[in-house]
Parts: sequence; C-alpha cells; structure tokens
Amino acid sequence: MHDVAKHDDSKGQYFWVWGALLVLTAVEVVLGYKQIFEPVHMLEVLLVLSIIKSALIIGYFMHLKYETGLMRWMLVISVTACFIIMYFFFFPDAGRILRLGVR
Amino acid sequence: MANATLEHGAVEHGLPGAYEAPLFGAYSKKVGMWLFLASDSLTFGALLFAFSYNRIYTPWPTPFHVQSIINSTIMTACLLSSSLTMVMAVFAAQRSDRAWTRNWLLATMVFGTAFIVLHGMEWSKLIGEGLTLPMFPKPAHASVGELAEISKNTPQFPATFFGLTAMHMLHVTIGVIYLGVIAFRKWFLPVLGLLWIAGYFLIPSDNVFHYGIHALGLGLLVAAVILFLKPKDYDAQDVEVSGLYWHFVDLVWMFIFPLVYLMSTKIN
Repeated sequence: MHDVAKHDDSKGQYFWVWGALLVLTAVEVVLGYKQIFEPVHMLEVLLVLSIIKSALIIGYFMHLKYETGLMRWMLVISVTACFIIMYFFFFPDAGRILRLGVR
Repeated sequence: MANATLEHGAVEHGLPGAYEAPLFGAYSKKVGMWLFLASDSLTFGALLFAFSYNRIYTPWPTPFHVQSIINSTIMTACLLSSSLTMVMAVFAAQRSDRAWTRNWLLATMVFGTAFIVLHGMEWSKLIGEGLTLPMFPKPAHASVGELAEISKNTPQFPATFFGLTAMHMLHVTIGVIYLGVIAFRKWFLPVLGLLWIAGYFLIPSDNVFHYGIHALGLGLLVAAVILFLKPKDYDAQDVEVSGLYWHFVDLVWMFIFPLVYLMSTKIN
C-alpha cells in the first residue's frame, strides 16, 4: 500500500509530466504546421507522439502506474485488443472501396 | 489514488465470506469508473476510426488556418493544465484539506470552461464561414465561401468533425458539472441553473449553442436527482474517481487534436 506522504513528496514529477506534455504538444504543432513529413508518415509520427502523451496521462495523472499488476494489464490488454479488432473490421473495407471505387 | 489501494486479504474478520477482498485491489467506485472509461474509450475509438475511414476514400479538405491551429493549441494547453490542477485537488483531498480541494477543483473547472468556450467560438466561426450540417440553424451569410463548398462537396468532413468534437465537448461539459457537484454539492445547482437560463437567452437563436445549452439543463436535472437521492459529503475517493473521468477527457483530446486539426492544416 502506498502512503499519502510518499506521493506528496514526489509532487514535482507531476509538473515534469505536465511540462513534457506541453513540449510534446508544441512538437506536434510544429510538425503539423511545417508539414515536414509526407501525410502518411506524418500520421504515423503524430500517432506515436499521441500514444506517448496518453501513456504519460494514464500512467501518472490517472495513477495506473501505481495500481496492481492485474488491474493494469487487464485494462491495457482488453482496450488494446478491442482497438485491434476495430482496426481489422474497418480498414480492409476502406481498402476495398479504394479498389472498387465509390459509386 | 494509490494510497486508497486495498491489498488482497488486508482485512480479516475471521468470518469466511464476511468480507471479500476487491478483485483488482482497488475500491469498487474506482474499478467501476475504470470499466466505464474502458467502454467509453471504444466510443471515441469508433468515432476516430469513422473519421479516418472517411478520410481514406474521400478527397479530404484542409480547412484549418493558422488561427484555428492557435486556438486548438490553446485549448490543448487548457486541458493539460486542468489535469495538473486535478492531480493537486486529489492530493489536497487526501490530506483532508477541504479548502484547497475546492480551490483546485474550481481551477480545473475554470480550465475546462475555458476549453468549452474556446471550442464554442471555434465552432461558431466555422459554422459562420459555411461549415455546417443540415440540422444546424443557418447564419444568413454562410452559404458561400470555401467552407460552404466543403460542406456541399465533402459532407463527410463536417459530419465526422462535428460528431467527434461534439461528443468530446459533451464529455467536457459533463466533467465540469461532475466536478462542480463534487466541489460544491447542492450549492452548485443554482449556479448551473443560472448559467443555463443566461446561456439560453444570451446566445442568438441562429447559433447552434442556443439549443446545445440545454445540455446544462439536463445536467442540472441529473445532478439534482443524484444529490437528492444521496446527499453525502464527498470524500477523497470521490475526488479521485472524478479525477479519473477528467483525465480521460484530456486523454481523448490528445488523439482528436492531431488527427482532426493538425492533419487538416491549411498552409498558405
């Protein structure tokens, strides 16, 4: 069990996380506005940055980092699995439309 | 929060079955909120997939000029800052510091309200320039221009854009009401009622928020029923659970902002 004092002592880490999130947002804006990459690569880079930001929010601000391993893995695996299933349902169909054309 | 985490077998009454340790080592409200958030993430996931799916086979417009990007960047900073103040509110609640819990929750609500207002202004600007849906009230000058052409030729764009951002804005609004109830309990209800009535009379009838403001009325009704049925003094666990919800709306925006705004930037 974690005690309150321990977290109070480490409040500074939340300011670091907040700063990191703002910096990552600034990087995204610069990348998006300068259009440094081709659209597909831009999408990949922005998604990677978004996943890093979401991991910081979930791990630190939502404190999933401090929960039990069972809860951590149950949530992460189930949600990720659902997104993977959604991906396989949606995008092959979009590819089919690209091949057949839209009437 | 971690300090409230319960360990399996931590409580022993000597009576088998009299007390069952929680499955995930956390109190039930927190597990319930996590499960809700997991299911809600699929709602937003489906909307984001729908946005991306449409984008794949449609010539996609890039209507967001520098002003929209600056506006949405400030909105992002507001949400990120609100998450920090929410963490501070949880710490204050764990110290049983009621005054600072309320202050930090109020700061979070201010950031959240700033986000809603900025987003509302952005929506009004886009609608005024012609980016509309058939069910939106039409401003008189909205039928011509670049965005009006987008609405006519690529109706998928306004449909997915407004669908996705409206769902998120609704979540932020619910979050502000939720935090208001946690911070101020029944004293928040008259404030909410006044905002609802003032919003209805002050927002012009050709603005979509003239009708959207009724979300506050619905929130008022739900909050009043909850406070009537369970008029409790909210503790650190309640603050933490409300914080989970608040961080979630921040988390969702971290995907909406790059996918919707930054990938549709108009370079002059």
